[in-house]
Amino acid sequence: MRRFKQFVGFVVLKTSVVVGVLFLFSLIVVIALNGARVLSPGFLLEFPREGMTEGGIFPAIVGTFLLSLGAVGFALPLGVLGAIYLREYAGGGRLVRIIRTGINTLSGVPSVVFGLFGLAVFVKLFGFGVSVLSGSLTLGVLILPVIIRATEEAIEGVPREFREASYALGATKWQTVKGVVLPAALPGILTGAILGVGRAAGETAPILFTAATFYTRHLPGSPFDEVMALPYHIYALMTEGTEPEHQVPIAYGTALVLLLLVLAVNFIAIVIRYRARRARKW
Amino acid sequence: MRDNLVKHLLLSCASLSIVFLAGITVTLFKEGLPIFKEVSVFKFLFGRYWYPTYDPPDFGILPLILGSLWVTLGALFVAVPLGVGSAMYISELAHPKLREILKPTVELLASVPSVVYGFFGMVFLGPLVQRLFDLPVGLTCFTASIILGMMALPTVASIAEDAISAVPRELREASYALGAMKWETITKVVVPAASSGIIAAVILGFGRAVGETMTVLMVAGGAAVIPRSVFQPVRTMTATIAAEMGEAPMGSDHYHALFGIALVLFFITLGFNLLADKIIKG
Repeated sequence: MRRFKQFVGFVVLKTSVVVGVLFLFSLIVVIALNGARVLSPGFLLEFPREGMTEGGIFPAIVGTFLLSLGAVGFALPLGVLGAIYLREYAGGGRLVRIIRTGINTLSGVPSVVFGLFGLAVFVKLFGFGVSVLSGSLTLGVLILPVIIRATEEAIEGVPREFREASYALGATKWQTVKGVVLPAALPGILTGAILGVGRAAGETAPILFTAATFYTRHLPGSPFDEVMALPYHIYALMTEGTEPEHQVPIAYGTALVLLLLVLAVNFIAIVIRYRARRARKW
Repeated sequence: MRDNLVKHLLLSCASLSIVFLAGITVTLFKEGLPIFKEVSVFKFLFGRYWYPTYDPPDFGILPLILGSLWVTLGALFVAVPLGVGSAMYISELAHPKLREILKPTVELLASVPSVVYGFFGMVFLGPLVQRLFDLPVGLTCFTASIILGMMALPTVASIAEDAISAVPRELREASYALGAMKWETITKVVVPAASSGIIAAVILGFGRAVGETMTVLMVAGGAAVIPRSVFQPVRTMTATIAAEMGEAPMGSDHYHALFGIALVLFFITLGFNLLADKIIKG
């Protein structure tokens, strides 16, 4: 009886894993099979035509590229410097506790609320308008906790002896951080940056009112232009327009491109982390 | 001297999360409060009708709050058993090699963009649900709950797994020494010992699901009425903001009402995140 109970229990646990994996698998297969039908060099390199019912998604790819690069460009320096403070300079005081709670809370704010924040502050207050700049800044705020956490984890992994050796050679604190800790933590920081790119590339709600447009004839000429973006393109194809029989296949293709992009980015991050762990000599 | 300067620079970067969080809070209050000059807080929260563009308009968000609540509770019905089950399997039963594969797989599930989940729900799961249950429409509360549950699964699984892995080995060994089988040890020793972490996982899963935007916007069907059955279309707070902000003229009552919804949403997620934080830290 006890054995039977155990057997049933194990089967239930196994099933719960299988369900999750199966769901992911079927999502990937459905999108890959249908998306592959429209995927072609032309699809990736052409502008949309005939009111989104023909042509490619080139401007959306460029837009997503610009937005996520802008977001990381904004959040990476700030996040890394902030994480250095938290790990290397701050004691365990009250201020640090408050900052940490702040970071946790920020990462739990719904993405659509970031969108409203970006709309009110970057678009309206700062006068950047609906633009690449506003979208990048909004996404940057959103991925800041991701970068800080990855950097903190990376810094935490650097052994204390490294720092002590550096001090013993007469280096100051900042010299130690710059010359010893950061280089050793670099793979981890890089992983964080890459994960940030992946996250920013896939977000829709924050760029809904700050950066994205359904259709433009041109690539953005300046940071103050609005852009097309892959995630918004999927949403728009599925909810706007009047010819679903032409739009849904394009949406499949766009979803496949976005999915491949995000999965590739995450895969690279996993590989870097794995390699760094193996190559580590300490 | 220079080190001191550096320290202050780093501190200001670290404090940015707090600054952004404060910025978000101030923005929501500043843009959201004006709606309460038009309707009372009570009527806003408990009004049964959301007709923001009628004349005179109705700004009652009860159907939206209930929509969010229904979809989110439904998602937890999916995410909690599967997530906790997966966590138990991964940390207690899986072979170390299998674990090395399963953990990144769960991470991948978390990295799929929400708009892709929404798209998958529209083209695949929605029609499936419609046929399976013979419904007039496939995009319902039920459909959204399933997708949202799969999205919250990684959050629940990874935090529950942390909690389960943190249970000291001695507890397990003591249980085996008393003659308990593995299943008995898991259910009667490990899970109770990890219960506060598992509860925190559930709460964070709730926070994640209630703030999710694109998926529910695309999959839940979008009817702003108080739901009577899980097989009805519903509309959540997040979806309402995302769908209507584009059309609401800046500074209008409708605009302020949408910020008012965001304010409510912000405090709900903030409350749940702080609660989970507190439970994890004990």
